[in-house]
Amino acid sequence: MIEILIHGRGGQGGVKASLSLASAAAKAGKHVQSFPEFGVERRGAPVKAFNRISDEPIVIRSKIYNPDHVVVLDPTLIQSINITEGLKKGGWIIINTDKNPGDFKEFCKNYKVATINAKEIALRNRLGSRAAPIVNTAILGAVIKVLKVSDKESLAIAIKEFVPVKREENVKAAYEAYDEVVFEGEV
Amino acid sequence: MEKVVLGNHAVSYGVLVSRVQTISAYPITPQTLIVERLSEMVADGELDAIFTKVESEHSALASAIGSSSVGARAFTATSSQGLALMHEMIHWASGARLPIVLANVNRAMAPGWNIWTDQNDSLSCRDTGWMQIYCQNNQEVLDSIIMGYKVSEQVLLPTMVCLDAFVLSHTAENVDIPEVKLVDKYLPPYKLEIKMDIDDPHSFGALSSPENYMEFRYKMQEAMDKAEDIIIKEGKEFEKIFGRKYGMVEEYRTEGAEIILVATATIASTAKASIDSLRAKGINIGLLRLRVFRPFPVKDVVRVLLNKKKAIVIDRNISYGKSGIFFDEIKGAFYNIEGDKPKIFGYIAGLGGRDVTPEAISDMVDDAMRKDKPEKDIIWSGVKL
Repeated sequence: MIEILIHGRGGQGGVKASLSLASAAAKAGKHVQSFPEFGVERRGAPVKAFNRISDEPIVIRSKIYNPDHVVVLDPTLIQSINITEGLKKGGWIIINTDKNPGDFKEFCKNYKVATINAKEIALRNRLGSRAAPIVNTAILGAVIKVLKVSDKESLAIAIKEFVPVKREENVKAAYEAYDEVVFEGEV
Repeated sequence: MEKVVLGNHAVSYGVLVSRVQTISAYPITPQTLIVERLSEMVADGELDAIFTKVESEHSALASAIGSSSVGARAFTATSSQGLALMHEMIHWASGARLPIVLANVNRAMAPGWNIWTDQNDSLSCRDTGWMQIYCQNNQEVLDSIIMGYKVSEQVLLPTMVCLDAFVLSHTAENVDIPEVKLVDKYLPPYKLEIKMDIDDPHSFGALSSPENYMEFRYKMQEAMDKAEDIIIKEGKEFEKIFGRKYGMVEEYRTEGAEIILVATATIASTAKASIDSLRAKGINIGLLRLRVFRPFPVKDVVRVLLNKKKAIVIDRNISYGKSGIFFDEIKGAFYNIEGDKPKIFGYIAGLGGRDVTPEAISDMVDDAMRKDKPEKDIIWSGVKL
Protein backbone atom coordinates (compact mmCIF):
# COMPACT_ATOMS: atom_id res chain seq x y z
CA MET A 1 0.00 0.00 0.00
CA ILE A 2 1.23 3.51 -0.72
CA GLU A 3 0.02 6.69 0.93
CA ILE A 4 0.07 10.01 -0.90
CA LEU A 5 -0.48 13.50 0.48
CA ILE A 6 -1.52 16.31 -1.85
CA HIS A 7 -0.67 19.82 -0.60
CA GLY A 8 -2.72 22.61 -2.14
CA ARG A 9 -4.60 25.76 -1.32
CA GLY A 10 -8.35 25.94 -0.70
CA GLY A 11 -10.12 26.29 -4.04
CA GLN A 12 -7.19 24.95 -6.06
CA GLY A 13 -8.76 21.55 -6.63
CA GLY A 14 -6.61 19.31 -4.43
CA VAL A 15 -9.63 17.30 -3.31
CA LYS A 16 -10.78 16.80 -6.90
CA ALA A 17 -7.22 15.79 -7.85
CA SER A 18 -7.25 13.23 -5.03
CA LEU A 19 -10.62 11.84 -6.18
CA SER A 20 -9.51 11.67 -9.82
CA LEU A 21 -6.26 9.96 -8.83
CA ALA A 22 -8.18 7.41 -6.75
CA SER A 23 -10.57 6.74 -9.60
CA ALA A 24 -7.71 6.39 -12.10
CA ALA A 25 -5.97 3.89 -9.81
CA ALA A 26 -9.23 1.98 -9.24
CA LYS A 27 -9.74 1.72 -13.00
CA ALA A 28 -6.25 0.20 -13.17
CA GLY A 29 -7.43 -2.48 -10.71
CA LYS A 30 -6.27 -0.97 -7.42
CA HIS A 31 -8.05 -0.62 -4.10
CA VAL A 32 -8.20 3.05 -3.16
CA GLN A 33 -9.19 5.62 -0.58
CA SER A 34 -9.40 9.36 -1.15
CA PHE A 35 -10.24 11.80 1.60
CA PRO A 36 -9.86 15.48 2.42
CA GLU A 37 -8.59 16.98 5.62
CA PHE A 38 -11.70 16.38 7.72
CA GLY A 39 -13.53 19.57 8.51
CA VAL A 40 -13.51 23.06 7.14
CA GLU A 41 -11.51 24.62 4.33
CA ARG A 42 -10.81 28.25 3.55
CA ARG A 43 -10.11 29.55 0.07
CA GLY A 44 -6.40 30.24 -0.29
CA ALA A 45 -5.36 28.58 2.97
CA PRO A 46 -3.14 25.49 2.88
CA VAL A 47 -5.24 22.33 2.57
CA LYS A 48 -4.40 18.65 2.29
CA ALA A 49 -5.98 15.71 0.49
CA PHE A 50 -4.97 12.10 0.96
CA ASN A 51 -4.83 8.88 -1.04
CA ARG A 52 -4.23 5.27 -0.15
CA ILE A 53 -3.62 2.94 -3.10
CA SER A 54 -3.14 -0.78 -2.65
CA ASP A 55 -3.28 -4.16 -4.40
CA GLU A 56 -5.22 -5.51 -1.41
CA PRO A 57 -8.49 -4.28 0.16
CA ILE A 58 -7.70 -1.35 2.50
CA VAL A 59 -8.87 -1.75 6.11
CA ILE A 60 -7.01 1.09 7.79
CA ARG A 61 -9.23 4.16 8.19
CA SER A 62 -7.22 6.51 10.35
CA LYS A 63 -5.54 9.58 8.90
CA ILE A 64 -2.22 9.59 7.05
CA TYR A 65 0.67 10.89 9.16
CA ASN A 66 3.63 9.40 7.31
CA PRO A 67 2.96 9.57 3.57
CA ASP A 68 5.16 7.69 1.14
CA HIS A 69 5.00 10.57 -1.35
CA VAL A 70 3.78 14.17 -1.50
CA VAL A 71 2.39 16.27 -4.34
CA VAL A 72 2.65 20.06 -4.16
CA LEU A 73 0.09 21.95 -6.24
CA ASP A 74 1.35 25.42 -5.29
CA PRO A 75 5.12 26.04 -5.02
CA THR A 76 4.62 29.01 -2.67
CA LEU A 77 3.50 26.49 -0.03
CA ILE A 78 7.13 25.41 0.34
CA GLN A 79 7.88 28.74 2.05
CA SER A 80 4.83 28.73 4.31
CA ILE A 81 4.49 25.12 5.54
CA ASN A 82 6.76 22.11 6.04
CA ILE A 83 5.72 20.03 3.04
CA THR A 84 8.00 17.14 4.09
CA GLU A 85 6.47 16.77 7.56
CA GLY A 86 6.14 13.04 8.23
CA LEU A 87 7.25 12.15 4.69
CA LYS A 88 9.03 8.80 4.56
CA LYS A 89 12.70 8.92 3.62
CA GLY A 90 13.23 8.19 -0.06
CA GLY A 91 9.72 9.34 -0.98
CA TRP A 92 8.90 11.41 -4.05
CA ILE A 93 8.06 15.10 -3.89
CA ILE A 94 6.22 16.08 -7.07
CA ILE A 95 6.07 19.87 -7.41
CA ASN A 96 4.20 22.18 -9.77
CA THR A 97 7.01 24.64 -10.56
CA ASP A 98 8.98 26.20 -13.42
CA LYS A 99 12.19 25.09 -11.71
CA ASN A 100 14.12 21.83 -12.06
CA PRO A 101 14.59 19.07 -9.44
CA GLY A 102 18.18 20.19 -8.93
CA ASP A 103 16.93 23.59 -7.71
CA PHE A 104 15.40 21.92 -4.62
CA LYS A 105 18.69 21.00 -2.97
CA GLU A 106 17.09 21.15 0.50
CA PHE A 107 14.92 18.12 -0.40
CA CYS A 108 17.40 16.12 -2.45
CA LYS A 109 19.27 14.67 0.53
CA ASN A 110 16.39 12.64 1.94
CA TYR A 111 13.86 12.55 -0.87
CA LYS A 112 13.49 12.31 -4.63
CA VAL A 113 12.18 15.37 -6.46
CA ALA A 114 10.14 15.54 -9.67
CA THR A 115 9.07 18.84 -11.20
CA ILE A 116 6.35 19.72 -13.67
CA ASN A 117 5.36 23.12 -14.97
CA ALA A 118 1.66 22.40 -14.57
CA LYS A 119 0.82 26.11 -14.56
CA GLU A 120 2.30 26.59 -18.04
CA ILE A 121 0.52 23.45 -19.30
CA ALA A 122 -2.79 24.63 -17.83
CA LEU A 123 -2.49 28.05 -19.51
CA ARG A 124 -1.47 26.43 -22.79
CA ASN A 125 -4.73 24.44 -22.62
CA ARG A 126 -6.80 27.46 -21.52
CA LEU A 127 -7.52 26.00 -18.07
CA GLY A 128 -8.06 28.87 -15.67
CA SER A 129 -6.39 32.27 -15.77
CA ARG A 130 -2.78 33.43 -15.28
CA ALA A 131 -3.69 34.49 -11.73
CA ALA A 132 -5.56 31.27 -11.01
CA PRO A 133 -4.47 28.48 -13.37
CA ILE A 134 -6.22 25.13 -12.90
CA VAL A 135 -3.32 22.76 -12.31
CA ASN A 136 -5.01 19.89 -10.49
CA THR A 137 -5.63 17.74 -13.55
CA ALA A 138 -2.34 18.42 -15.30
CA ILE A 139 -0.28 17.43 -12.29
CA LEU A 140 -1.95 14.01 -12.21
CA GLY A 141 -0.22 13.11 -15.48
CA ALA A 142 3.09 13.65 -13.70
CA VAL A 143 1.90 11.72 -10.64
CA ILE A 144 0.96 8.55 -12.53
CA LYS A 145 4.18 8.71 -14.57
CA VAL A 146 6.39 8.93 -11.49
CA LEU A 147 4.41 6.81 -9.01
CA LYS A 148 3.07 4.27 -11.56
CA VAL A 149 -0.24 3.93 -9.72
CA SER A 150 -2.31 4.02 -12.90
CA ASP A 151 -2.03 4.45 -16.65
CA LYS A 152 -2.83 7.32 -19.03
CA GLU A 153 -6.04 5.79 -20.39
CA SER A 154 -7.48 5.15 -16.91
CA LEU A 155 -6.54 8.67 -15.87
CA ALA A 156 -8.33 10.11 -18.90
CA ILE A 157 -11.54 8.27 -17.97
CA ALA A 158 -11.22 9.39 -14.34
CA ILE A 159 -10.70 13.05 -15.27
CA LYS A 160 -13.73 13.00 -17.55
CA GLU A 161 -15.74 11.54 -14.67
CA PHE A 162 -14.77 14.14 -12.08
CA VAL A 163 -14.19 17.30 -14.12
CA PRO A 164 -17.43 19.00 -15.15
CA VAL A 165 -16.12 21.26 -17.97
CA LYS A 166 -13.37 21.34 -20.63
CA ARG A 167 -12.91 17.60 -20.28
CA GLU A 168 -10.78 17.14 -23.42
CA GLU A 169 -8.50 20.05 -22.47
CA ASN A 170 -8.02 18.62 -18.99
CA VAL A 171 -7.11 15.21 -20.37
CA LYS A 172 -4.71 16.81 -22.86
CA ALA A 173 -3.05 18.76 -20.04
CA ALA A 174 -2.59 15.58 -18.03
CA TYR A 175 -1.09 13.80 -21.03
CA GLU A 176 1.31 16.70 -21.63
CA ALA A 177 2.37 16.61 -17.98
CA TYR A 178 2.96 12.87 -18.33
CA ASP A 179 5.44 13.61 -21.12
CA GLU A 180 7.01 16.74 -19.63
CA VAL A 181 7.61 15.79 -15.97
CA VAL A 182 11.30 16.14 -15.06
CA PHE A 183 13.04 13.81 -12.64
CA GLU A 184 16.38 12.15 -12.23
CA GLY A 185 17.18 8.48 -11.88
CA GLU A 186 14.91 5.50 -11.67
CA VAL A 187 11.29 5.89 -10.72
CA MET B 1 -20.65 -1.20 -11.95
CA GLU B 2 -17.62 -0.33 -9.84
CA LYS B 3 -17.09 3.32 -9.01
CA VAL B 4 -15.04 5.34 -6.55
CA VAL B 5 -17.66 7.02 -4.38
CA LEU B 6 -17.99 8.86 -1.08
CA GLY B 7 -19.78 7.15 1.79
CA ASN B 8 -22.53 9.73 1.49
CA HIS B 9 -23.02 8.95 -2.19
CA ALA B 10 -22.97 5.21 -1.41
CA VAL B 11 -26.12 5.95 0.62
CA SER B 12 -27.65 7.80 -2.35
CA TYR B 13 -26.89 4.89 -4.70
CA GLY B 14 -28.35 2.46 -2.16
CA VAL B 15 -31.54 4.51 -2.17
CA LEU B 16 -31.55 4.63 -5.98
CA VAL B 17 -31.24 0.88 -6.49
CA SER B 18 -33.80 0.19 -3.75
CA ARG B 19 -36.37 2.11 -5.85
CA VAL B 20 -37.23 4.39 -2.95
CA GLN B 21 -40.41 6.37 -3.68
CA THR B 22 -40.16 9.34 -1.31
CA ILE B 23 -37.21 11.31 0.01
CA SER B 24 -37.65 13.88 2.77
CA ALA B 25 -34.66 16.17 2.83
CA TYR B 26 -33.21 18.65 5.27
CA PRO B 27 -29.49 19.51 5.15
CA ILE B 28 -26.95 19.11 7.93
CA THR B 29 -23.18 18.64 7.84
CA PRO B 30 -21.86 16.02 7.17
CA GLN B 31 -25.01 14.42 5.73
CA THR B 32 -26.03 16.99 3.12
CA LEU B 33 -24.28 15.30 0.19
CA ILE B 34 -26.64 12.32 0.56
CA VAL B 35 -29.81 14.27 -0.19
CA GLU B 36 -28.02 16.61 -2.59
CA ARG B 37 -27.06 13.66 -4.82
CA LEU B 38 -30.58 12.23 -4.46
CA SER B 39 -32.08 15.55 -5.60
CA GLU B 40 -29.94 15.30 -8.75
CA MET B 41 -31.03 11.70 -9.34
CA VAL B 42 -34.69 12.70 -9.06
CA ALA B 43 -34.23 15.84 -11.20
CA ASP B 44 -32.43 13.82 -13.91
CA GLY B 45 -35.22 11.25 -13.97
CA GLU B 46 -32.81 8.53 -12.82
CA LEU B 47 -34.93 7.89 -9.73
CA ASP B 48 -38.72 7.97 -9.88
CA ALA B 49 -39.39 9.44 -6.45
CA ILE B 50 -41.03 12.42 -4.77
CA PHE B 51 -38.31 14.67 -3.33
CA THR B 52 -39.67 16.87 -0.55
CA LYS B 53 -37.69 19.72 0.97
CA VAL B 54 -38.91 20.31 4.50
CA GLU B 55 -38.31 22.95 7.14
CA SER B 56 -36.64 20.85 9.85
CA GLU B 57 -35.48 17.36 10.68
CA HIS B 58 -38.59 16.84 12.78
CA SER B 59 -40.62 17.49 9.64
CA ALA B 60 -38.29 15.33 7.55
CA LEU B 61 -39.16 12.25 9.55
CA ALA B 62 -42.80 13.28 9.94
CA SER B 63 -43.00 13.50 6.16
CA ALA B 64 -41.37 10.07 5.79
CA ILE B 65 -43.88 8.70 8.31
CA GLY B 66 -46.73 10.07 6.18
CA SER B 67 -45.33 8.56 2.99
CA SER B 68 -44.65 5.21 4.59
CA SER B 69 -48.17 5.15 6.10
CA VAL B 70 -49.76 5.29 2.67
CA GLY B 71 -47.54 2.50 1.40
CA ALA B 72 -44.57 4.28 -0.17
CA ARG B 73 -40.96 3.19 0.35
CA ALA B 74 -39.64 6.18 2.32
CA PHE B 75 -36.14 7.47 3.03
CA THR B 76 -34.57 10.30 4.97
CA ALA B 77 -31.09 11.14 6.24
CA THR B 78 -29.68 13.17 9.09
CA SER B 79 -26.89 13.54 11.60
CA SER B 80 -26.27 14.52 15.21
CA GLN B 81 -28.33 17.60 16.20
CA GLY B 82 -30.75 16.77 13.38
CA LEU B 83 -31.37 13.29 14.73
CA ALA B 84 -31.90 14.79 18.17
CA LEU B 85 -34.54 17.16 16.78
CA MET B 86 -36.25 14.17 15.15
CA HIS B 87 -36.44 12.28 18.41
CA GLU B 88 -40.20 12.54 18.95
CA MET B 89 -40.81 11.26 15.43
CA ILE B 90 -38.19 8.52 15.89
CA HIS B 91 -40.47 6.94 18.50
CA TRP B 92 -43.48 7.54 16.27
CA ALA B 93 -41.99 5.78 13.23
CA SER B 94 -41.24 2.59 15.17
CA GLY B 95 -44.42 2.72 17.26
CA ALA B 96 -46.47 3.06 14.07
CA ARG B 97 -44.50 0.06 12.74
CA LEU B 98 -43.30 1.80 9.59
CA PRO B 99 -40.38 0.28 7.65
CA ILE B 100 -38.57 3.56 6.98
CA VAL B 101 -34.81 3.49 6.36
CA LEU B 102 -32.86 6.45 7.72
CA ALA B 103 -29.17 7.09 7.11
CA ASN B 104 -27.49 8.72 10.09
CA VAL B 105 -24.00 10.10 9.65
CA ASN B 106 -22.56 9.59 13.13
CA ARG B 107 -21.49 13.01 14.37
CA ALA B 108 -20.74 14.15 17.93
CA MET B 109 -23.37 16.09 19.87
CA ALA B 110 -22.85 19.75 20.79
CA PRO B 111 -21.67 21.60 22.76
CA GLY B 112 -18.75 21.94 22.13
CA TRP B 113 -19.78 22.35 18.56
CA ASN B 114 -18.26 19.52 16.59
CA ILE B 115 -18.90 18.07 13.14
CA TRP B 116 -16.70 14.97 13.50
CA THR B 117 -17.62 11.42 14.32
CA ASP B 118 -18.83 9.62 17.41
CA GLN B 119 -21.87 7.49 18.18
CA ASN B 120 -23.70 9.33 20.93
CA ASP B 121 -26.26 10.71 18.46
CA SER B 122 -27.62 7.37 17.26
CA LEU B 123 -27.03 5.52 20.53
CA SER B 124 -29.31 8.07 22.21
CA CYS B 125 -32.00 6.35 20.09
CA ARG B 126 -31.20 2.96 21.64
CA ASP B 127 -34.59 2.44 23.25
CA THR B 128 -36.79 3.66 20.42
CA GLY B 129 -37.51 0.39 18.62
CA TRP B 130 -35.32 1.13 15.59
CA MET B 131 -32.90 -1.43 14.24
CA GLN B 132 -29.39 0.01 14.03
CA ILE B 133 -26.57 -1.00 11.70
CA TYR B 134 -23.00 0.35 12.08
CA CYS B 135 -20.99 0.22 8.84
CA GLN B 136 -17.25 -0.23 8.35
CA ASN B 137 -16.89 0.77 4.68
CA ASN B 138 -18.79 2.40 1.84
CA GLN B 139 -19.78 -0.90 0.25
CA GLU B 140 -21.45 -1.95 3.48
CA VAL B 141 -23.21 1.42 3.61
CA LEU B 142 -24.79 0.87 0.19
CA ASP B 143 -25.61 -2.79 0.84
CA SER B 144 -27.12 -2.01 4.26
CA ILE B 145 -29.63 0.41 2.72
CA ILE B 146 -30.90 -2.38 0.44
CA MET B 147 -30.91 -4.99 3.23
CA GLY B 148 -32.45 -2.42 5.58
CA TYR B 149 -35.58 -2.21 3.44
CA LYS B 150 -35.68 -5.99 2.98
CA VAL B 151 -35.62 -6.64 6.72
CA SER B 152 -37.70 -3.64 7.83
CA GLU B 153 -40.53 -4.46 5.42
CA GLN B 154 -40.79 -7.96 6.90
CA VAL B 155 -40.72 -7.08 10.60
CA LEU B 156 -42.33 -3.63 10.29
CA LEU B 157 -39.72 -1.76 12.26
CA PRO B 158 -37.55 1.05 10.84
CA THR B 159 -33.81 0.77 10.24
CA MET B 160 -31.10 3.32 10.99
CA VAL B 161 -27.99 2.81 8.85
CA CYS B 162 -25.05 4.54 10.57
CA LEU B 163 -21.85 5.71 8.92
CA ASP B 164 -18.98 7.61 10.53
CA ALA B 165 -18.73 11.33 9.77
CA PHE B 166 -15.89 12.09 7.33
CA VAL B 167 -14.15 8.74 7.90
CA LEU B 168 -16.84 7.28 5.63
CA SER B 169 -19.12 10.15 4.66
CA HIS B 170 -16.37 12.16 2.94
CA THR B 171 -14.01 9.34 2.03
CA ALA B 172 -14.19 7.89 -1.47
CA GLU B 173 -13.36 4.28 -2.17
CA ASN B 174 -14.17 1.41 -4.53
CA VAL B 175 -17.85 0.53 -4.39
CA ASP B 176 -19.75 -1.95 -6.51
CA ILE B 177 -23.08 -0.38 -7.40
CA PRO B 178 -25.43 -3.24 -8.27
CA GLU B 179 -27.80 -3.01 -11.22
CA VAL B 180 -31.36 -2.10 -10.23
CA LYS B 181 -32.60 -5.24 -12.01
CA LEU B 182 -30.37 -7.38 -9.80
CA VAL B 183 -31.63 -5.58 -6.70
CA ASP B 184 -35.20 -6.21 -7.90
CA LYS B 185 -34.51 -9.95 -7.57
CA TYR B 186 -33.68 -9.39 -3.91
CA LEU B 187 -36.00 -6.59 -2.88
CA PRO B 188 -39.64 -6.90 -4.01
CA PRO B 189 -41.91 -3.83 -4.15
CA TYR B 190 -43.10 -2.56 -0.75
CA LYS B 191 -46.61 -3.74 0.01
CA LEU B 192 -48.10 -2.53 3.28
CA GLU B 193 -51.07 -4.63 4.31
CA ILE B 194 -52.73 -2.05 6.51
CA LYS B 195 -52.21 1.42 5.12
CA MET B 196 -53.81 4.83 5.11
CA ASP B 197 -56.28 4.66 2.25
CA ILE B 198 -59.13 7.10 1.72
CA ASP B 199 -61.15 4.32 0.09
CA ASP B 200 -60.67 2.03 3.07
CA PRO B 201 -60.54 4.27 6.13
CA HIS B 202 -59.09 3.20 9.48
CA SER B 203 -57.95 5.09 12.57
CA PHE B 204 -54.21 5.46 13.00
CA GLY B 205 -52.43 6.55 16.15
CA ALA B 206 -55.67 6.67 18.07
CA LEU B 207 -55.87 6.72 21.85
CA SER B 208 -54.43 3.51 23.19
CA SER B 209 -55.58 2.87 26.74
CA PRO B 210 -53.81 0.89 29.47
CA GLU B 211 -56.02 -2.01 28.31
CA ASN B 212 -54.15 -2.42 25.04
CA TYR B 213 -50.98 -0.23 24.98
CA MET B 214 -48.82 -2.91 26.55
CA GLU B 215 -49.73 -5.46 23.86
CA PHE B 216 -48.45 -3.06 21.18
CA ARG B 217 -45.14 -2.90 23.03
CA TYR B 218 -45.06 -6.68 23.39
CA LYS B 219 -45.46 -6.96 19.63
CA MET B 220 -42.61 -4.51 18.99
CA GLN B 221 -40.31 -6.64 21.12
CA GLU B 222 -41.55 -9.75 19.34
CA ALA B 223 -40.69 -8.09 16.02
CA MET B 224 -37.19 -7.24 17.30
CA ASP B 225 -36.66 -10.88 18.31
CA LYS B 226 -37.78 -11.99 14.87
CA ALA B 227 -35.55 -9.38 13.26
CA GLU B 228 -32.37 -11.15 14.39
CA ASP B 229 -33.28 -14.32 12.45
CA ILE B 230 -34.40 -12.29 9.45
CA ILE B 231 -31.20 -10.22 9.37
CA ILE B 232 -29.20 -13.47 9.33
CA LYS B 233 -31.47 -15.07 6.70
CA GLU B 234 -31.48 -11.99 4.46
CA GLY B 235 -27.71 -11.64 4.84
CA LYS B 236 -27.33 -15.15 3.39
CA GLU B 237 -29.81 -14.39 0.61
CA PHE B 238 -27.88 -11.21 -0.18
CA GLU B 239 -24.63 -13.16 -0.42
CA LYS B 240 -26.19 -15.57 -2.93
CA ILE B 241 -27.13 -12.73 -5.27
CA PHE B 242 -24.38 -10.15 -4.68
CA GLY B 243 -21.50 -12.26 -3.33
CA ARG B 244 -20.98 -10.16 -0.20
CA LYS B 245 -21.53 -11.58 3.28
CA TYR B 246 -23.25 -9.79 6.16
CA GLY B 247 -24.59 -10.97 9.50
CA MET B 248 -25.20 -9.64 12.98
CA VAL B 249 -21.46 -9.62 13.67
CA GLU B 250 -18.22 -10.19 11.80
CA GLU B 251 -15.36 -12.29 13.16
CA TYR B 252 -11.78 -11.64 12.11
CA ARG B 253 -9.00 -14.09 13.05
CA THR B 254 -10.90 -15.29 16.14
CA GLU B 255 -9.84 -18.91 15.64
CA GLY B 256 -7.61 -20.01 18.49
CA ALA B 257 -7.69 -16.51 19.99
CA GLU B 258 -7.42 -16.04 23.75
CA ILE B 259 -8.14 -12.32 23.59
CA ILE B 260 -10.90 -10.74 21.54
CA LEU B 261 -11.01 -7.09 20.60
CA VAL B 262 -14.59 -5.87 20.22
CA ALA B 263 -15.27 -2.78 18.12
CA THR B 264 -17.79 -1.25 15.76
CA ALA B 265 -17.95 0.88 12.61
CA THR B 266 -14.66 2.16 11.14
CA ILE B 267 -12.64 1.54 14.31
CA ALA B 268 -13.34 -2.16 13.75
CA SER B 269 -11.97 -1.86 10.21
CA THR B 270 -8.76 -0.17 11.36
CA ALA B 271 -8.50 -2.73 14.17
CA LYS B 272 -7.97 -5.46 11.57
CA ALA B 273 -4.60 -3.89 10.77
CA SER B 274 -3.78 -3.92 14.52
CA ILE B 275 -4.85 -7.57 14.81
CA ASP B 276 -2.53 -8.50 11.93
CA SER B 277 0.47 -6.82 13.54
CA LEU B 278 -0.32 -8.24 17.01
CA ARG B 279 -0.76 -11.72 15.53
CA ALA B 280 2.61 -11.31 13.80
CA LYS B 281 4.11 -10.73 17.26
CA GLY B 282 2.64 -14.04 18.41
CA ILE B 283 -0.30 -12.63 20.38
CA ASN B 284 -3.41 -14.83 20.08
CA ILE B 285 -5.93 -12.11 19.41
CA GLY B 286 -8.94 -11.77 17.13
CA LEU B 287 -11.63 -9.21 16.38
CA LEU B 288 -15.38 -9.29 16.90
CA ARG B 289 -17.10 -6.51 14.99
CA LEU B 290 -20.63 -5.78 16.13
CA ARG B 291 -22.48 -4.76 12.98
CA VAL B 292 -26.01 -4.69 14.35
CA PHE B 293 -26.68 -2.93 17.65
CA ARG B 294 -30.45 -3.37 17.75
CA PRO B 295 -31.47 -6.11 17.94
CA PHE B 296 -28.40 -6.74 20.10
CA PRO B 297 -26.40 -9.80 19.00
CA VAL B 298 -26.40 -11.50 22.41
CA LYS B 299 -26.02 -15.02 20.98
CA ASP B 300 -23.01 -14.12 18.85
CA VAL B 301 -21.36 -12.09 21.60
CA VAL B 302 -21.64 -14.99 24.07
CA ARG B 303 -20.61 -17.59 21.48
CA VAL B 304 -17.46 -15.70 20.48
CA LEU B 305 -16.39 -14.40 23.89
CA LEU B 306 -17.20 -17.34 26.19
CA ASN B 307 -14.08 -19.28 27.25
CA LYS B 308 -11.82 -16.45 26.12
CA LYS B 309 -9.44 -14.91 28.66
CA LYS B 310 -10.13 -11.27 27.90
CA ALA B 311 -12.46 -9.11 25.85
CA ILE B 312 -11.31 -5.59 25.03
CA VAL B 313 -14.20 -3.35 24.04
CA ILE B 314 -13.59 -0.03 22.30
CA ASP B 315 -16.47 2.44 22.52
CA ARG B 316 -16.66 5.65 20.48
CA ASN B 317 -19.45 6.80 22.77
CA ILE B 318 -20.21 7.18 26.46
CA SER B 319 -23.18 6.83 28.75
CA TYR B 320 -22.26 9.41 31.37
CA GLY B 321 -22.40 7.99 34.85
CA LYS B 322 -22.00 4.43 33.59
CA SER B 323 -19.53 3.43 30.85
CA GLY B 324 -19.12 2.85 27.15
CA ILE B 325 -22.47 1.69 25.76
CA PHE B 326 -21.34 -1.41 23.85
CA PHE B 327 -19.20 -2.39 26.85
CA ASP B 328 -22.23 -2.19 29.11
CA GLU B 329 -24.40 -4.24 26.77
CA ILE B 330 -21.72 -6.92 26.39
CA LYS B 331 -21.24 -7.19 30.14
CA GLY B 332 -25.00 -7.47 30.56
CA ALA B 333 -25.18 -10.27 27.98
CA PHE B 334 -23.02 -12.47 30.23
CA TYR B 335 -24.71 -12.00 33.58
CA ASN B 336 -26.98 -15.03 33.47
CA ILE B 337 -24.62 -17.18 31.44
CA GLU B 338 -22.85 -20.17 33.02
CA GLY B 339 -19.29 -20.96 32.08
CA ASP B 340 -15.85 -19.43 31.80
CA LYS B 341 -16.55 -15.76 31.23
CA PRO B 342 -13.91 -13.37 29.93
CA LYS B 343 -12.57 -10.40 31.83
CA ILE B 344 -14.15 -7.48 29.99
CA PHE B 345 -12.14 -4.25 29.58
CA GLY B 346 -13.93 -1.09 28.41
CA TYR B 347 -12.00 1.64 26.59
CA ILE B 348 -13.42 4.94 25.47
CA ALA B 349 -11.70 6.37 22.42
CA GLY B 350 -12.16 8.66 19.44
CA LEU B 351 -14.92 10.93 20.80
CA GLY B 352 -15.65 13.99 18.67
CA GLY B 353 -13.67 12.53 15.79
CA ARG B 354 -10.34 12.12 17.56
CA ASP B 355 -8.39 9.81 15.27
CA VAL B 356 -8.12 6.17 16.33
CA THR B 357 -4.95 4.78 14.76
CA PRO B 358 -3.75 1.15 14.64
CA GLU B 359 -1.09 2.20 17.17
CA ALA B 360 -3.71 3.59 19.57
CA ILE B 361 -5.62 0.29 19.31
CA SER B 362 -2.44 -1.71 19.97
CA ASP B 363 -1.79 0.48 23.03
CA MET B 364 -5.24 -0.41 24.41
CA VAL B 365 -4.48 -4.10 23.85
CA ASP B 366 -1.08 -3.75 25.57
CA ASP B 367 -2.74 -2.03 28.51
CA ALA B 368 -5.35 -4.78 28.91
CA MET B 369 -2.69 -7.49 28.60
CA ARG B 370 -0.70 -6.01 31.45
CA LYS B 371 -3.69 -6.14 33.82
CA ASP B 372 -5.31 -9.21 35.40
CA LYS B 373 -8.71 -7.60 35.41
CA PRO B 374 -10.19 -4.16 34.76
CA GLU B 375 -10.05 -1.90 37.79
CA LYS B 376 -12.98 0.22 36.66
CA ASP B 377 -15.64 0.30 33.96
CA ILE B 378 -14.07 3.12 31.97
CA ILE B 379 -10.50 3.26 30.73
CA TRP B 380 -9.90 6.41 28.70
CA SER B 381 -7.71 6.12 25.64
CA GLY B 382 -5.63 9.11 24.66
CA VAL B 383 -7.40 11.68 26.83
CA LYS B 384 -5.28 14.74 27.72
CA LEU B 385 -5.56 15.60 31.40
